[in-house]
Amino acid sequence: MKTCLIVDDSRVIRKVSRRILEDLGFEVAEASNGVEAMAWCDAMMPDVILLDWAMPEMDGLTFVRQLRTEPGGTAPKVVFCSSETGIERIREALDAGADEYIMKPFDGAIVAGKLRSLDLLQAIAA
Amino acid sequence: MISPADRAYLAALCLARAGLRVDPQKTYLIESRLAPVARREGFLSPADLVSAVRSRSDERLGWAAVEAMAMPEPEFFRDRAVFDRLAAEVLPELVSRREGQPVRIWSTACGTGQEIYSLAMMLSDMPRLSANWELFGSDLSERSLEKAQAGLYSQFEVQRGLPARTLVRHFEKRGEAFALSPRIRQMVRWRRINLLDDLSRFGQFDLLLCRNLLQGLAPEAQVHVRAALAASLAPGGRLVLGLRDLAGDELKGIAPEIGLYAA
Repeated sequence: MKTCLIVDDSRVIRKVSRRILEDLGFEVAEASNGVEAMAWCDAMMPDVILLDWAMPEMDGLTFVRQLRTEPGGTAPKVVFCSSETGIERIREALDAGADEYIMKPFDGAIVAGKLRSLDLLQAIAA
Repeated sequence: MISPADRAYLAALCLARAGLRVDPQKTYLIESRLAPVARREGFLSPADLVSAVRSRSDERLGWAAVEAMAMPEPEFFRDRAVFDRLAAEVLPELVSRREGQPVRIWSTACGTGQEIYSLAMMLSDMPRLSANWELFGSDLSERSLEKAQAGLYSQFEVQRGLPARTLVRHFEKRGEAFALSPRIRQMVRWRRINLLDDLSRFGQFDLLLCRNLLQGLAPEAQVHVRAALAASLAPGGRLVLGLRDLAGDELKGIAPEIGLYAA
């Protein structure tokens, strides 16, 4: 079973994301900021990280930059999931090392589509 | 709620005008498709809209209802495997076959433009595959074509199938919406076309896309459209159908698992 780490300081977003990801067949862990997320990754790298931008302690951008320098830190797919919707902000996230980007609000179809494009889900015929 | 008689009338209208098969029992589907049209046209409900179409014999209003029922759910790069195959094999073969002549591509039921714009963005991102591309988009719905031409999509729409890297390369933010770059928009020409009409006047095409339309048509309309599309293919040309569309006897499977056919 593939693993997903949800990193978001909003308990509601974590709960909604967990439900979507578990429905898609992922084993899910949660962290509420970048520092907690880094501790998770030090213990075991997940297959995918769903990452908020603005968080206390360590924001998403700092987290992904640091993650990519860690041993094994290039392996997880990182999908930003943020209320930042400017093109320049999205470019900044991708340049920092994110693989994909979801703008909030989102739904299950959007998450599934992004994960499918990263080969984390089997293609489902339309 | 739309009465059974009005739903049956709407189904018959869709069949007669566009060969479109609508199940009159699917009340929710019919009402949800017609609700935006009803609002736009100043009716209190979809039921009032259908009732007016029926009693007034209003040609324009009737088409608005049919167009709404024909609308597919749009998505950029729908079925990624199709685009991967086009990029890796089909388009290079077509370019080589055309030997410098224009390569003509037609998205025959383009809706709000996501399919043909996906191709345009893909071609723009493949500079080594140089050719004189002629891209066309057509649809039954005037309103869809207007939206396609504008190239303006909501946040929700650009997250349906469009990779983030493609988004930042080809779109800019305009208010709450995302605007496709003029360079990509200018690659495509648009026209309202009913596929039940005579298509021979539009010439022949190297690649035709007609995905997820046939499955919604009545059997006789499917045969008609398939034959018309087969006749519109240039020698060596390719046709892409949706995975649930039936290819019939008119088409030869090249890679039917992704809906790729030849005449």
